Amino acid sequence: MSLLAVEDLVVRHGLLQAVRGVSLTIERGETLALVGANGAGKTTLLRAIAGAHQPAAGRVLLSGADLTSVPSHKRVGMGIALVPEGRKLFVQMTVEENLLLGKTTGRPGDWSVDKVLEMFPNLKPRRHAKTGHLSGGEQQATAIGRALMSNPDVLLLDEVSLGLSPLIVDRVYAALQGLIASGTTIILVEQDLNRALAVSDRVICMLEGRVALEGPSKQVSREDVTKAYFGLHRKSPGSVPA
Amino acid sequence: MSNQIIQGILLGGYYALIACGLSFMFSVMRIINLAHGSLAVFAAFALWWLASRFHISPLVGLLIVLPLMAATGWALQRFLLERSARGGALLPILTTFGLAIVIDNLLFEQFGADTRSLAPYIGSLSYDSWEWPGSIYVGKLAVIMFASAVILLGGLQLFLTHTRLGRSIRATSEDPDTAGLVGVDARRANAIAAAIAMVTVGLAGAFLGMRATFDPYAGAPQLLFAFEAAVIGGAGSLWGTLIGGIVLALAQTLGAQVHPQGFLIGGHVAFLIVLFIRLSTSGLGLRGLLRLPTRKPT
Repeated sequence: MSLLAVEDLVVRHGLLQAVRGVSLTIERGETLALVGANGAGKTTLLRAIAGAHQPAAGRVLLSGADLTSVPSHKRVGMGIALVPEGRKLFVQMTVEENLLLGKTTGRPGDWSVDKVLEMFPNLKPRRHAKTGHLSGGEQQATAIGRALMSNPDVLLLDEVSLGLSPLIVDRVYAALQGLIASGTTIILVEQDLNRALAVSDRVICMLEGRVALEGPSKQVSREDVTKAYFGLHRKSPGSVPA
Repeated sequence: MSNQIIQGILLGGYYALIACGLSFMFSVMRIINLAHGSLAVFAAFALWWLASRFHISPLVGLLIVLPLMAATGWALQRFLLERSARGGALLPILTTFGLAIVIDNLLFEQFGADTRSLAPYIGSLSYDSWEWPGSIYVGKLAVIMFASAVILLGGLQLFLTHTRLGRSIRATSEDPDTAGLVGVDARRANAIAAAIAMVTVGLAGAFLGMRATFDPYAGAPQLLFAFEAAVIGGAGSLWGTLIGGIVLALAQTLGAQVHPQGFLIGGHVAFLIVLFIRLSTSGLGLRGLLRLPTRKPT
């Protein structure tokens, strides 16, 4: 049984159908990259998995349990944590307070404030600073740390490199490599195709709310993904391009 | 003059108490509760009823009334305010306005138009005073009210910053959607915040009944004082509420020195001055407040 399964998911924003019957699975310890152009439905899909959007149809299953009607705060307690696009930190609160909020559900696990600060040493001197005063990289580290504090089974990362300098992105990805090596299950939405292919086990390219291409990252060429990205060829879900 | 200033500061404690719940609900739920004063009067009537009917001292009666107010706040948020908030920012204001009318008229129906007071039920506390150097007499009740305000505001501050529930309430007030994504039940946090706000309203109602008289329609002026103190102190700031209450009370006390009718006018003038300063420093200004189009450069 897959750790997480999405079955024929449809999500609407008013009249706009942002996700159109997407199905995917992810196994424990796997890293899945979601790529696609702006408006392809990646963020909406991730937020629907996290419970921030209620789907119009389809199901989200975690270890076989149907989460579709479970609210977002309960999904965190069940093991799904989202690092949202734009970080969405509580800017009136300190780094430590933001991290402690991740512990709200009381889900057991190893993650603590000290462990997060070990992972992101640049946050140590900023522990009591309000997150509104942090740099973009420090904010991203806090957002990732806050999600990890809930000891998730599945970590959803939405555009972690967005708006960061290449040097800071390298640091963030170095930390992510550590998470991946420790066996954390990750779904990663990323615009940087090279990075997405480098860190993931599998890649899904979305186009206009649908899966345009899916396959193991080592077997999918950059050219295949680029074609799927622009809709130059479509493959059925689960197939690997030739 | 020093006597007036001390009396004004102590009266500010009462205004801080009554403004605390209004400010707290606004900062967490973004709801301006126009039933705030009526709910304080409701608490005062509940204490009066317990005292007159069952001879329960108002101080002991608080043990019954404050949990009742907490339950009322929780239920109001869960079944009324939360639903009305889905209809936009204006609907909760109209809802609480309607709620105030309902409470006022139910109290009138039940207790009639007579004015009541809790003073007869608290012994000499309502008029006892301490003599300070310089022949300044400060009422014991006024000192208790001020101390209660400081303890309440300090306690709330500690609760919000040092407890898991307090952090959840702050996170919900900042961004309820993201709070849900980190595991905070925003509905529960809001309901608990409303319950806390109503406890402070209950306490303010008790002091209203002890220091003055009240009738079923006494809620409107209490709402006005609470609103003025909250705006002067900066709505959403707990210690700002105390400062706002003190400034309002000092302005009223000094206004009364200028003219016999100056008590209320002094407070209103202070409120308007602070309001216009806030509007001008925020860049909104009177032009923005009245939604006048900005002048184009010629």
